[in-house]
Amino acid sequence: MALLAFHNITKRFGSLTANDDISFSLDRGEVIALLGENGAGKTTLMNILYGHYTADKGYIEVDGQKLPAGQTDAAINAGIGMVHQHFTLAENLTVLENIMLGTESLWSLGQKRAPAKEKLAQMSEDYGLKVDPDARVAELSVGERQRVEILKALYRDARVLILDEPTAVLTPQEADSLFKTLKSLTKEGFAIIFISHKLHEILAISTRVEVLRRGKIVGSIETEKADRKLLAEMMVGRTVERPVLEQMETGKPIVELENVTVEDKSKDASGVPKLNKVSLTVHQHEIVGIAGVAGNGQSSLADLLSGLEKPDAGTFTLLGQEVTSASPADIVHRGVGRIPEDRHSSGVVGDMMLWENLISEDLRHAPVSKAGVLIDRKACLERANKLIDAFDIRCEGPEAETKLLSGGNMQKLILARALSPKPGFILANQPVRGLDEGAIAYVHEQLLAAKKRGAAVLLISEDLDELFALCDQIAVMYHGTLTQSYDAKTLTIAEVGLMMAGQQSKNTNHSEQPHTENSSHSETTNSGNEEHPHAN
Amino acid sequence: MQIEPREHIAPWRIALAPVAAVFVSLLIGSVLILWVGAPVLEAYVLLVKGAVGSSFALTETLTRSIPLIFTGLAATIAFRAKFYNIGAEGQLYCGALAATFFGTGLITLPPLLMIPFLMLVGALAGGAALAVPVMLKTHLKVDEVVTTLLLNFVILLFVGYFLEGPLKDPMSMGWPQAEPIIDEGLFPSLVDKSRLHFGFIFALIGSVLCWAMMRFTVWGYEIRAVGLNASAAKFAGINVNATVIRTALISGGFAGIAGVSEVAGLKGYLTLDISPGFGYTGIAVAMLAQLNPLAVVLSALFISMIYVGADSMSRAINIPTYIADVLVGLSVLSILVSVMLTRYRVRFR
Amino acid sequence: MMDILEILVSAGFWAATIRIVSPLILGTLGELICERAGVLNLGIEGIMTMGAMSGWMWVYMGGDLWTGVMFAAFMGLMFGLLHSIFTVYLGLSQHVTGIGITLFASSLSYYVYRMLLPDATTPPKIEPFQIYEVPFLSEIPVIGEALFSQTPLTYLALILVPVVWYVLYKTPLGLAVRMAGENPMAVEAQGINVLSIRTGAVMVGSAFMAVGGAFITMSAFDAFFFGMINGRGWICIALVIFASWKPGKALIGALLFAGLDALQVRAQQTSGALIPYQFFLMMPYILSIVAMVIMARKASYPKALLVPFRRGERT
Repeated sequence: MALLAFHNITKRFGSLTANDDISFSLDRGEVIALLGENGAGKTTLMNILYGHYTADKGYIEVDGQKLPAGQTDAAINAGIGMVHQHFTLAENLTVLENIMLGTESLWSLGQKRAPAKEKLAQMSEDYGLKVDPDARVAELSVGERQRVEILKALYRDARVLILDEPTAVLTPQEADSLFKTLKSLTKEGFAIIFISHKLHEILAISTRVEVLRRGKIVGSIETEKADRKLLAEMMVGRTVERPVLEQMETGKPIVELENVTVEDKSKDASGVPKLNKVSLTVHQHEIVGIAGVAGNGQSSLADLLSGLEKPDAGTFTLLGQEVTSASPADIVHRGVGRIPEDRHSSGVVGDMMLWENLISEDLRHAPVSKAGVLIDRKACLERANKLIDAFDIRCEGPEAETKLLSGGNMQKLILARALSPKPGFILANQPVRGLDEGAIAYVHEQLLAAKKRGAAVLLISEDLDELFALCDQIAVMYHGTLTQSYDAKTLTIAEVGLMMAGQQSKNTNHSEQPHTENSSHSETTNSGNEEHPHAN
Repeated sequence: MQIEPREHIAPWRIALAPVAAVFVSLLIGSVLILWVGAPVLEAYVLLVKGAVGSSFALTETLTRSIPLIFTGLAATIAFRAKFYNIGAEGQLYCGALAATFFGTGLITLPPLLMIPFLMLVGALAGGAALAVPVMLKTHLKVDEVVTTLLLNFVILLFVGYFLEGPLKDPMSMGWPQAEPIIDEGLFPSLVDKSRLHFGFIFALIGSVLCWAMMRFTVWGYEIRAVGLNASAAKFAGINVNATVIRTALISGGFAGIAGVSEVAGLKGYLTLDISPGFGYTGIAVAMLAQLNPLAVVLSALFISMIYVGADSMSRAINIPTYIADVLVGLSVLSILVSVMLTRYRVRFR
Repeated sequence: MMDILEILVSAGFWAATIRIVSPLILGTLGELICERAGVLNLGIEGIMTMGAMSGWMWVYMGGDLWTGVMFAAFMGLMFGLLHSIFTVYLGLSQHVTGIGITLFASSLSYYVYRMLLPDATTPPKIEPFQIYEVPFLSEIPVIGEALFSQTPLTYLALILVPVVWYVLYKTPLGLAVRMAGENPMAVEAQGINVLSIRTGAVMVGSAFMAVGGAFITMSAFDAFFFGMINGRGWICIALVIFASWKPGKALIGALLFAGLDALQVRAQQTSGALIPYQFFLMMPYILSIVAMVIMARKASYPKALLVPFRRGERT
């Protein structure tokens, strides 16, 4: 009997069918990879398994027992543990408190901390998941937080472990170490469901791949029999053409940062500046990539370049003019096009209409408004119609509510707003996060076209494949410092990984680097850069 | 229970929301009427008659709606920017105090100038009363709800001091009240032999201006954007702090004008009881209008109907007049639910 | 200056301080519990009014004092439930709901009071809680009179401070409440129902508020007046911020506040001629604002305060 079995799971959100009649099963010791593009329904399915959502149809069995639907506690008791993509930890509480929550009766008059701490220490030892139980979660690195999440599941005696995009926030080396942990867990009889859209990881870790597309299982294959090309085609449903990187003669410098420091003024400040003496130059006809694990200062860098944050020291020069203390409005009007990290929270006002979001950076100027007072609705609608055509935004028209757009179309709207004035500098912060292949390709084409026309582009991404595919130069952020920019052709993923973990420059002895048989990254290291970035 | 957003919101739902909310409030209110032992239907009939049953009642209802329109606009514009100004009551008294200070002989202008002048100083005083909370919010991140609430008490005491001290009318026989507004500053009457005054016209103009600003101007756009998603507004280059401060000053200004209108339009002089909570009721007006400045007029008329009607109803059959306040409180709660039901559907499983 | 010193060493001053602080402690603890679970309860002013009216009315109608307190607490629970249906289950604006609850609960209190006592011109009185002198302890000079010659409700308020602290920091339930205010998804992911935790916290917190209101009509005074809560609820909200959401600090803050208030009353008696009394009466409100300004920057808000949690909604 299978340890876990999905039977005909169907889930709808409004008119969208997120999961459509999904059935599969897994056994002890198996690692099932759920592969699919963003929006394919992977997380939804796992949320149903874990009891966050209730399926509209179908049921789940654990050890042949039907799992009560929509009850997280039932799922936990059945031995299911989930490491959410967005960690479910309270930052102001300690590791132990986060782990102990829900393990004792809510009505008991005291907590048994000492035995809990002991059990936790034992588990840390057994599985090699070191973490200080009394540390506040806020003080932990992303990798440590992930360990806490795994320990949380193990502490509740999980037998099935769900990991939702676990490597998105890790350096390649940290990802390797996670894979080791997972392998040792499977040897002990755990079953693992591993969600990802990164093919090399799936090939490295899983025993079987279930491919999801638009809510349906479109294929199931033993990992041994699969390769990148096959998986990529199964995932996307067609062969994906990646844009070709074109070498160009770079022009004059557009953006120059010199020794820029931004202090951390928050209450939990650790004394480490958010940006520490960062220097950076981006030229015309050039795409510079910023790699780094999330939370190492990329947001501050983006805020600084968008005019949202002012440096405490150093200078920011744009087209030869110092703009160190310019406001976002100034920055925009000096010719910067910005694509924000989170399109929902800072990209658009979801409850306003499409045309309104298209003018938001240009409110006080003709033709949007007359004398900076009255908005010229007719002119705005006209402009919106043009942009909707030019950027192929699929919508009901300029007066549709923006929040109804799909992720890809919302991103196109932001591109239309940022790129249509033909800015000299483009700041793209995680521009393809959460998009499907079609939309990703579109965004990348736009960035490359902008480079071709003479713009300077800064691309901040956590996805190394993306950076290597698009960038001429790559620099790495770690704890607020930025390495020098390296020619992307001379870099390897492993070198970038080491710099993401804190090494100051790439000049180290290559033979020293961790090299495990299972590491997909070391494999790409050897295979040269021309072909690696986008086999998928 | 599952709450799901509707993808398309039918306009009839938006229009129906306040009607449903009012109906539910009246339904719950009828329980209280029954508790007194009075007949529900008769009570509500008396309420409506008392509010619109005669030309006198009608003018009273219209008169009562004037301060409610102004405070309703004050709440509407502030809430649109998610700036929770709960201090309209205090700002109203500030406006009234300013009108009294300048309007009792300090400055004399012909009526055509005097009335706008009093409204202007009242608006400025109302805005000034909100300046401290809004600056505390934008610069020190101090929650505006509590500061504006607490300032209501401070301002009322402050006005009390003036009425017993510097501004006290020596002819008032010991009552804490100010000297009357000079004739040039008094709002002309709108209907003979009634208390209805020109303030009603000003209120209508105010609501149209407010609506036009929200819909057609850059300021209105900025207020809406900041209220709906402040971080996106900031990213796009809108000066969020400036927008919030501007919104607060306009909001305080409307509340201040409410005070001017009560002093110079209705009573003629300032006392400590010119407002039985118009500032707080303004929140109910704004919510019932779903923060639409034009709808504020309708919702103010409705609420004023309840107040005026409840007065005469309670005289006729012994129901405490507080029934009106209860109905207003209930309508704030029920409009929240009914507006939610226009945007979401609730499914039970 | 001498006057102030004299006041500060007098037992009467300290006794007054403790008396003034009791409803504030109850209200502040109540609000703190709600906010720790992630729900701002602006209904506090109305719920205190309701507690003041209902507890008093219970006794006036012939009930005894302690069941009166329990009845007030019950009314608090009910209005807390109403608040949580709106803010927790339906995820509606906590600001507007709170204001609505305050408008509704206070006007309902007045309505019921008028309905049951239609003809009362001078407010009728009840026999309130009497001072209970703790044996031996009350004989200690100054402290004895200040701390141990109070009414039972004061003792209840003071005892509740360590109790709330213990529950919040030392029990699984308290952990769940704090977690619900920091990251509701973390609670959900550990198999605990966030909505129940929040609802429970808001209900219990509201019961605290109602008892705080009842203190005023059943212990500090013996009658119910219109507008007698007079902004105390709002002051409690300021105190929660001043206390950085910690019960111990809430006690200190409330004591500081009550002390200044008691001082103000006495200073008013000695220098009443020079400064108009209104300015003394303003002091509590202005002090609350000042306290918030001082602490606003340092305070670490519960991260999920004001953030509704909807189960099973797509994020």
